[in-house]
Amino acid sequence: MSGYEFIETSIKENIAVIELNRPRQLNSLNRKMIGELVVAMEAFERNDDVRVIVLTGKGRAFSAGADIDEMTNTDPISLELMNQFADWDRLALIKKPIIGAVKGFVFGGGFELALCCDILITASGTEFSFPEVGLGVMPGAGGTQRLTKLVGRTKALEWLWTGERISAETALEHGIVNRIVLAELLMEETMKFASKLAKQPPLSVRLIKDSVNKAVDYPLYEGMQYERKNFYLLFATEDQKEGMNAFLEKRKPDYQGK
Amino acid sequence: MFETIRYDVSDGVAYLYLNRPDKLNAFIAQMNKEVKEAVKAASSDEQVRCLVISGEGRAFCSGQDLAEVDEKMDHGQVLRNHYGPMIKQIRQCEKPIIAAVNGVAAGAGFSLALACDFRLVSERASFINAFIHVGLIPDSGNLYYLTQLVGQAKAAELSILGEKVSAASAVEIGLANQLIGEDNWGKGVNDFATRIACLPTKAIGLIKRSLKAASTLSFEEYLEQEAQGQRIAGLTKDHREGVTAFMEKRKPVYSGR
Repeated sequence: MSGYEFIETSIKENIAVIELNRPRQLNSLNRKMIGELVVAMEAFERNDDVRVIVLTGKGRAFSAGADIDEMTNTDPISLELMNQFADWDRLALIKKPIIGAVKGFVFGGGFELALCCDILITASGTEFSFPEVGLGVMPGAGGTQRLTKLVGRTKALEWLWTGERISAETALEHGIVNRIVLAELLMEETMKFASKLAKQPPLSVRLIKDSVNKAVDYPLYEGMQYERKNFYLLFATEDQKEGMNAFLEKRKPDYQGK
Repeated sequence: MFETIRYDVSDGVAYLYLNRPDKLNAFIAQMNKEVKEAVKAASSDEQVRCLVISGEGRAFCSGQDLAEVDEKMDHGQVLRNHYGPMIKQIRQCEKPIIAAVNGVAAGAGFSLALACDFRLVSERASFINAFIHVGLIPDSGNLYYLTQLVGQAKAAELSILGEKVSAASAVEIGLANQLIGEDNWGKGVNDFATRIACLPTKAIGLIKRSLKAASTLSFEEYLEQEAQGQRIAGLTKDHREGVTAFMEKRKPVYSGR
């Protein structure tokens, strides 16, 4: 796959990898990069060879944030008309699992992008931060919403108001990341996790993501009803039959994603 | 480029000398900053495989320069802004660091020596947790390291009584690794540093990570990090060299990669 200017993509053994590719700018996010990212994600969403999407950054940082040059001379009306965050909304519609492998700096828009991932694996020494307040603005691509839903109002306000750096250990403590691995092994460990996930029945994985996401937005009763329907739906899959038969026959299941 | 320290590299060893001998190498803010910068430089310099920290003149380091202390000073902020960043830089360094304690190491000078991986002491060396003598508490990571080295009881005694520990008793209580005689001091330190610089440097860095993890992680987490560390070590050239040399019954020559 090619034709992208600011990202690089590849597929190997049912795992698609997307790499932010502006390492000299510490992968600062411009609008075109986000546009390319969404196009790539949506293509992988439709590609039957892809079961898991890994998102990472080339070079020493995942992303140091949005490209400030792009924003310096803008005004509210052109921002409204451009509607750039519609691309971010599309990221949230991806149903396949997205694993973020992050290292170095995960700042601002980069942090918001990381929060769009379903699983985050982080290199030790990684720092997270929302520095927008220091520029007289605030996060605009979900930072205040996703962080708050993740860690609660108390710490979200503190981190968003001060812009202070959050260590990988603190991020782990607050459930922002799933695990910390030694930096040298970030991709190796991420790919190990991704290939485990790629061997799980894809429709289960998909409907689990769908249901868990509803838990964030729905009241409990509605969430429970929603979960139930997804649970019932899985009994229409071949993988359910394969999974249960394999269990009874004491063999390993082979899931087809159907 | 440095004014309060001297820094040079030879044969894979970086030598950092605190260089305010007329003040017994007492810390001023600039020296905190320069030590931090030098440690950072040594950490990223591929030529460097071992770092030695020592003092010019008759002292190792007498701690904070009291001439800089006045009534308005916010001692907490001084630690956060000057000593903390220096000690953190030392803790982050993946290369072996030797404190060559040539004379008195008092107060924050004691702390500096504690933050290193090895402490070599000359006969003229001594350690004093002098903070109590001016109504302060040990700082710059002092008790974090000291309790690990000598245990709670001895750390309490040294901090509350503030008595001088001689070079010989420092070795005895596990505070220092080795006493080197006065006439052999310079050569002894160089030999030790050169020996360390010839070891598999990456593995040393990974051992340092494991040592830190041992005091911060749970056992399960520690075992996982250990597995990751061994995976990284297993990919180094030096590991291959070690195995090959063993098979060929010769001495290994490590490149630090």
